[in-house]
Amino acid sequence: MTPSDNFDDLRDLYQEVILDHGRRPRHAVRLEDFDTTAKGDNPMCGDRVQVWVKFDSDTIGRVGFEARGCAISIASADLMAETVQHRTKADTRKLFESFREMARTGTCPACDAALDEPIERLKPLAGVHEYPSRVKCATLPWHALIAALNGAKEASSE
Amino acid sequence: MNVMTNPTTFDVERIRRDFPILTQKIRGKDLVFLDSAASAQKPRAVIDAMVHAMETQYANIHRGLHWMSERTTEAYEAARDAAATLMNASDRSEIIFTHNSTEAINLMAHSYGRGVMKRGQAVVISGMEHHSNIVPWQLLRDAHGIELRVAPITDAGELDMEAYGALFADGKVGLVAITHMSNVLGSVVPAERVVKIAHAHGAKVMFDGSQAIVHRKIDVQALGCDFYAWTGHKLYGPTGIGVLWGRRELLERMPPFMGGGDMISSVTYEQSTWAAVPHKFEAGTPAILEGIGLKAAIDYVQAIGFDAMTAHEAALTEHALARLGKIDGVHIVGQAQDRGGVISFTLDKAHSHDVATLLDRQGIAVRAGHHCAEPLMRRFNLDSTARASFGIYTTHGEIDALADGLIRVREFFT
Repeated sequence: MTPSDNFDDLRDLYQEVILDHGRRPRHAVRLEDFDTTAKGDNPMCGDRVQVWVKFDSDTIGRVGFEARGCAISIASADLMAETVQHRTKADTRKLFESFREMARTGTCPACDAALDEPIERLKPLAGVHEYPSRVKCATLPWHALIAALNGAKEASSE
Repeated sequence: MNVMTNPTTFDVERIRRDFPILTQKIRGKDLVFLDSAASAQKPRAVIDAMVHAMETQYANIHRGLHWMSERTTEAYEAARDAAATLMNASDRSEIIFTHNSTEAINLMAHSYGRGVMKRGQAVVISGMEHHSNIVPWQLLRDAHGIELRVAPITDAGELDMEAYGALFADGKVGLVAITHMSNVLGSVVPAERVVKIAHAHGAKVMFDGSQAIVHRKIDVQALGCDFYAWTGHKLYGPTGIGVLWGRRELLERMPPFMGGGDMISSVTYEQSTWAAVPHKFEAGTPAILEGIGLKAAIDYVQAIGFDAMTAHEAALTEHALARLGKIDGVHIVGQAQDRGGVISFTLDKAHSHDVATLLDRQGIAVRAGHHCAEPLMRRFNLDSTARASFGIYTTHGEIDALADGLIRVREFFT
């Protein structure tokens, strides 16, 4: 290591936005006032997440989460909480499908134009597609969120 | 043989040339493979032995009356001789081939547990077992009314011998099934003392030697144990072949594990009788090519010599503990006095999966996670660790690369 080390070789997956949200998540809070909650568990690696959702009429008002896991999973949970705010359940489900596609393949050719903006925000996580064992890190909080929206207690495993 | 005291006879660069994979570049960088405890790389001798058998003499074994089958049977059975010599078994028929350590332990839980142990007896495991030496005993407990007892470990990651001894007080323990060397902490248990205490209370002992087989010269007669399980792929051999060694008089008392061809003496619809040990426990066409590969692997390590391998590994471990121990924020899990070349660690502010991925970006392969030892993780209040483990081809330079890589990961996360 040298003082001029710019970590170029480490940044493709761990972009600044991921490091930042992984270190200082804005939505990592257990909501006391919530409408639905669900847990996600990845037994292969020990990651655990719980997601709480408070609705604001027919859209998601707020999402809070508690996560035990890597920087990718925490950053993903935090970016998810940010991007699904003010979205309907149906929009959130569509966004999840697009995000999952992006996490698996790196791109989302079938992405709906209506989702361009939130997908852009989630794009830093697309790098996980090169690490098949890490895809679940990024998608686990989403599985928990969708489970909560469906009224299930636990996210079903992929 | 004076290899132990003469390190010049151990030429790691020459050994590295025996492993074709080590010339691979990973993400444009030289491969630094520090995950041998999960599965070791294969020397040319093993690769060639398996390819040669397929190209020149392959056939099913123990049944053909033709030249190919006879040659292949000889080659496969030579692996049994090699394994018996490796472990200093008193009789080649005490070597049972399984597919891996997990199957060997399941064989034990099934055949010894259900066939020999009585309801109300207890099995003792330790607080640092791999899941493969926990779950089969839980299945036995639930199916056969066997109690499962756990011998605790100390904060240093050593077997708590006093607590271990106390587990025998009521005389119910019939079997101790315990790791010889932890796959997480690297701790080596005091095997002779473990056996002595168990035998003094009438209990038998099985060691899970999945890790230890690579790191020590295993002499089952000197250890005094009753069963010893290990797997070929960690000893530079192929996957798909493992060994259960057992004392012949005990194996003879045990019923078969699986039924099928090769394990019978005769079959009628009314009843079947079993082949003699070890074939009684080897139903079906075995892992023939893997057995031939295992023979080559055993020959390979025997030619290098365990004294030299153990000395090399001890030097690597000492170097790694010194280098990693000096890095701020790195915490080594387990400080056993007697340990092998497996080191688990955590890094402040970085999850072990992030550590592993960021090391991988630098061409360094380590394992991260709970290492199939969740109860042990909980014992240390951890969800996961990163783990570096060494093989005969590991160099001091690779450990320096790990240390430098970890410093970069720490800086990157700060």
